[in-house]
This record gives sequence, structure tokens and C-alpha cells, in this order.
Amino acid sequence: MNTKRYFLVAVLGAITSLSSTVWAQAVIEAPDALVKRLAVEVTEAVKADKTLAAGDIAKVATLIDTKVIPFVNFQRMTASSVGPAWRSATPEQQKRLQEEFKMLLIRTYAGAVKEIRDQTVTVKPLKAAPEDVNVIVRSEVRGKGEPIQLDYRVGKVQDGANSVWKIYDINILGVWLVETYRGQFAQEINANGVDGLIKLLTERNKGVKK
Amino acid sequence: MFFLSIRFFNLFIAAMLLALATGCATGPNANPADPLEPMNRAVYKFNDAVDSAVLKPVATGYKAVVPSPIRTGVSNFFSNLGDVWSMVNHVLQFEFANAGKTAARLGINTFLGLGGVLDIATDAGIEAPKADLGQTLGKWGVPSGPYVMLPLLGPSSVRDGVGTITATYHDPVNRVSDNATRNVLTATRVVDVRTRLLGATDAVDEIALDKYTFIRDVYLKRRQNQISPQKPSDKAAEDDIDYSAEDAPKTTQDQAAPKLPAIPSLPSLPGLK
Repeated sequence: MNTKRYFLVAVLGAITSLSSTVWAQAVIEAPDALVKRLAVEVTEAVKADKTLAAGDIAKVATLIDTKVIPFVNFQRMTASSVGPAWRSATPEQQKRLQEEFKMLLIRTYAGAVKEIRDQTVTVKPLKAAPEDVNVIVRSEVRGKGEPIQLDYRVGKVQDGANSVWKIYDINILGVWLVETYRGQFAQEINANGVDGLIKLLTERNKGVKK
Repeated sequence: MFFLSIRFFNLFIAAMLLALATGCATGPNANPADPLEPMNRAVYKFNDAVDSAVLKPVATGYKAVVPSPIRTGVSNFFSNLGDVWSMVNHVLQFEFANAGKTAARLGINTFLGLGGVLDIATDAGIEAPKADLGQTLGKWGVPSGPYVMLPLLGPSSVRDGVGTITATYHDPVNRVSDNATRNVLTATRVVDVRTRLLGATDAVDEIALDKYTFIRDVYLKRRQNQISPQKPSDKAAEDDIDYSAEDAPKTTQDQAAPKLPAIPSLPSLPGLK
């Protein structure tokens, strides 16, 4: 009798937890909650895997592809890094730029992953109006030494019928990634055009250094 | 002897900064943020060569041989010494809360943390950001002047370079009278700094298309943020243009002129009106 009742309770519990996860996915995840979740998921994954922690590019790429990329507005990030030249680039060039930029980001990420040890990430409470479509989520990475400021630009995008929040820029210690890349890319675009930039990025990603 | 050479080196840098501040030799097609680019690039090339020949190999060896807890102790020791100058600058910036925290850190770490080797204060939750003279001058409204790549010391500006040189005169390590001790301390500190930067420099090697401009842009942005931190408004700022949007500007001419950061005015002293 008793065991039967426990079994029922367990089943009931399983059903409620299942439906609550379904429910959670239907409700739009707030930008600060998104950042917190990604930070926790990535650090947990890195702590659990030695080769990942050593910055193994293939492993980092898989991690990013599965955990991070779905929540990054990749097109916007690439477009803004390329700057005005993006608008006059052909669709083919845009596609190549996105591919190479993604690889560049994965390499950037692999460098950061190597530094992950016993840090904790605190996400500060979001100060934004409900109608805002672009917000900044601020966080702090604490480990040994001074805390590291890590901010994210997160924008609302339409994904079919739903709108979801996606990251489109990262700020490390007061420096925005996209802005920094825009400077780097502009230099190459001015000298050798969009194709020159694609060529340079491809070479860099293959490990060829100037 | 070594002290003399540091003095000489400082004089050399001071003379260089003075020459830059008075009559600037500007190259053609100059970037407004970096009018001294040709000279800076030459200095950067020199620094990079010294780094790959000496500093980086030594730092890599140090990291491989010396166990992590000892390296942390060494870093803590120098960080604690640095807190003296940091405290002075917090006071000069009227950041009295940070000055107080730094004073408490100094007291706790020096007397209870074996002369600064253990960072007990951080474990106890007493933390304060570091402050330097270049930052203080910036907060007082002194413009940074052109970006300068200093020999051996790396990225700086005329203002920050003056701050760096002044700091060496007030540095506890340079006040040690015994030559041998002072030399060992100075060398260890350089190795410690370089070792802590290994991760960062490896990352720059990986991701920068042009290391010189990458380091420059990141340095300038970072300093700007240290001196006038971005307002705590959580709206994405205006400088962020979505180039994937339909109405994005097609050429650089379509963009509005970049906004220069407002020069912060001297903060009013409490009780002095």
C-alpha cells in the first residue's frame, strides 16, 4: 500500500516537473536569466572536462555550437563588426564573413576557457523598461585577484511567432568586442576590400600568421 | 647601479614625453587617436622583439617551474606594495571609501598576511579597485594627450606615461637601499607581471588581425572606461549600430561623427562650497 502510494507521488512529481520545464520554455527567458544560465552551463561544462579546460579548439567549438550559438544573434554581430561595408557585401560574401567570424570567436572563446578555474559569475539585476528591445546585462567574474567586468548587449529578435533574447556583443573590462573588431576589420577592408578581409580571416583561422 | 639605470631610463622617457607634448611629429594619414603611429609602431616592434626573445620565455619557464601557490604569493606581495600608491591615488581622486578599503587591505595583508604574501583581505571581502596617477589626472580633467608606445613599458599616453614615471619614484621597491635586494625585487616583479599576462597575450596573438592597432584600441577604451565608467543605464548605447538592419548606414559618411567622451570636471569637495 505504502510503496504504491510513494510510486504515485513520484510519478506525479515527475509529471509536474516535466510540465514546469515545458512551461518555462514557453515563457520568454529574461535577458539577465539567459546570461546567468549560459555562464553557469559553460563553466560547469569546462570544469567537468579537462581537455575542454585546456582550450581544445574542436571541443570548444562543439560547446559553443550547442550551448551558446543558439542564443547569439550571429548575423547582427558579424554585420556590426564588419560595419558599413556589410551593406554593400554580396550575400555570398556575407555568408563567408559569418563563417570566418564564427571561427574567430570560437578561437577567442578557447583562450578565455583556458582561464576558467574556480571563478563565480554574478549577474547584476537588470535595469530596463519592459518595452526595451536592446538591453545591457552586467555581470562580474570573481576569482583570484580583481573582479572582471563582463557585460553583454542582448537584443529581442523575432523567432517565428515568439520573440527571444539573443546576445549580440560582449564587453570585457570596458571594451566592446564588436567595436574592437570593427576597428580591426575596417583597416583591412580599407586596404584590400571585403574579399581581402575574408582571405585574411580564413588564413588566420587556419593558423597562418602574418 | 641598477637604480641609476632606472633613473636614467625614467629621464629618457620623461624627455621623450616632453618632446611629444610640445612639438608633435605627426605622420601622414594619421589616425586622430594615434598621431604618432609611425614612431609608436617602431617602438612596438622593438618591445615585441625584446618580449619574444627574453620576457616571454622567462615568464613561461617561471610558470612551468614554480608551483601555483608560490606564484600567487609573489603576485600578492607585489599587489600589496602597489596598494600603497593606489591608496594615495584614491585619496587624490576623493574616492575616500576606496581609500579606506585599500588602507584596511594594506594593514591586514601586511601584518596578518605575512607582509602581503597572503591576501587575507580579499578572502574577508575587503576589496577595492586599483588606482593610478594617470587615472587621477584624467579624473581631474587632464586630457590624455596622444597615445604613446613606451619602450619596454608598453602602451600608454603622454598623461599616463607621466603618471607611470612619477609612480616609480614613490615605489616602495625603489626605496630599498640594498642594491642586490632591490634588483631581485624588480626582476621578480617584472617576471610576475609578464607571467600573469601570458593568457592575455596568447589570446591577442590568436585573435588580433593587427596586434599593434588591437592593443592600442583596447588600451584606449579600457582607460576611458577606468576614468569615466559607462553610465549605469542598462539601455544599449547609441554607438551601437545594427548593421544587419534594413536602415543601417551604407558608408562611413552616413554615420554620425563619433562622440568624444565628455571630460569629467573636478569633483566638488564635500564641505567646500
